[in-house]
Amino acid sequence: MKCEDVEKGLIAFVDERATAAERRDVESHLAGCAVCRARVQELRGVSNLLGELPAIEPSFGFDARVRQRVAAEPQPGWFAWLVPQARLALSAAMLVALTVWMVKWPANRTVGPAPAAAPAAAASSDQDFEAVKDLGVLENYDVVTNMDALSQLVPAKRPQAPKPDANQTESND
Amino acid sequence: MARTDVQLMLDVKAGDEASFDFLLQKYRSPLVNFLNRMVRDQATAEDLAQEVFLRVYRARKQYTPSAKFTTWLFRIATNLALNSVRDNRHNRMGVSIDGGADGDDSPPLELKAREMRIDERMIERDRVEIIRRAIWSLPEKQRAAVLLHKYEEMDYGEIAGILDCSEGALKSMLFRAYETLRVELAPLVTQAAPISRSGREGRPS
Repeated sequence: MKCEDVEKGLIAFVDERATAAERRDVESHLAGCAVCRARVQELRGVSNLLGELPAIEPSFGFDARVRQRVAAEPQPGWFAWLVPQARLALSAAMLVALTVWMVKWPANRTVGPAPAAAPAAAASSDQDFEAVKDLGVLENYDVVTNMDALSQLVPAKRPQAPKPDANQTESND
Repeated sequence: MARTDVQLMLDVKAGDEASFDFLLQKYRSPLVNFLNRMVRDQATAEDLAQEVFLRVYRARKQYTPSAKFTTWLFRIATNLALNSVRDNRHNRMGVSIDGGADGDDSPPLELKAREMRIDERMIERDRVEIIRRAIWSLPEKQRAAVLLHKYEEMDYGEIAGILDCSEGALKSMLFRAYETLRVELAPLVTQAAPISRSGREGRPS
């Protein structure tokens, strides 16, 4: 095995946490590699040195400060059980509202303007009819009412034209 | 029969404040030491340790024993420490260059003062400071890995869980960290320790 192959297992070997197989591999390599043997010795020295670092004790009053902060934490009250239900209810209400809106929306879009527009169109047709009917220059009312141009102007609804009085037509003739 | 950490935490979840106090007593010192070695400032370390306990308490109602309690506890601590180090990186760099006022946070040295001559204390203080600086010179995540490995004596799986990496990645990380320390501490490695002492602050059993 090359040095790189055993590197990852060296720390576990030094601190004696290597598995039996890892240990065998490292020992086999160390038997033929003076560089890695020296490295292992130095790593053991490092491990011992780290052990010299002194421990500290938490300062006086540490526990009291923790307890004070814990005591300041809001305790869950009797109404805490409501919180998840309230969230659930709000979510359900929003879902229902969204569903209703999505179902209604296309209908509103097409039906909504119609009631306002229909009387306007009807009124416009009546005015046109009256204007045409009163024109004195017209000799034949049927011709005027059947004009394509007028039917294109008022495509939605043509008011029922009153049947021209036969007598009046005849008299105009 | 002593209750396990998980059982204690489940008792906290059930409203037993005494169990929380028990956990506080058990882990206050390991947490403060770990955080002190991470951020190299005792006051900051204690603030962070308080925050760790507070977060544990806040999370008690949602606690589920899906992992070892210490994995959860030290993951919170490590994340807080890493954020603190990153937030204060520039300030800390200034402190480390001029020697740092936080090099004197070693009450155990004072406890031993009467037993040691002044020159011995100075030599030891220098050694300790060199070791501290060597640890501090490591990248934050490598530093956390070394501290959890060496001082908390955690197994590789638990450290990998705390640092959110694979065991293979952790072993590589530890090797790089110890290689850096080997170079940094080479002058001390060849010297015999002047005073035999165990500075380990292992986890309570």
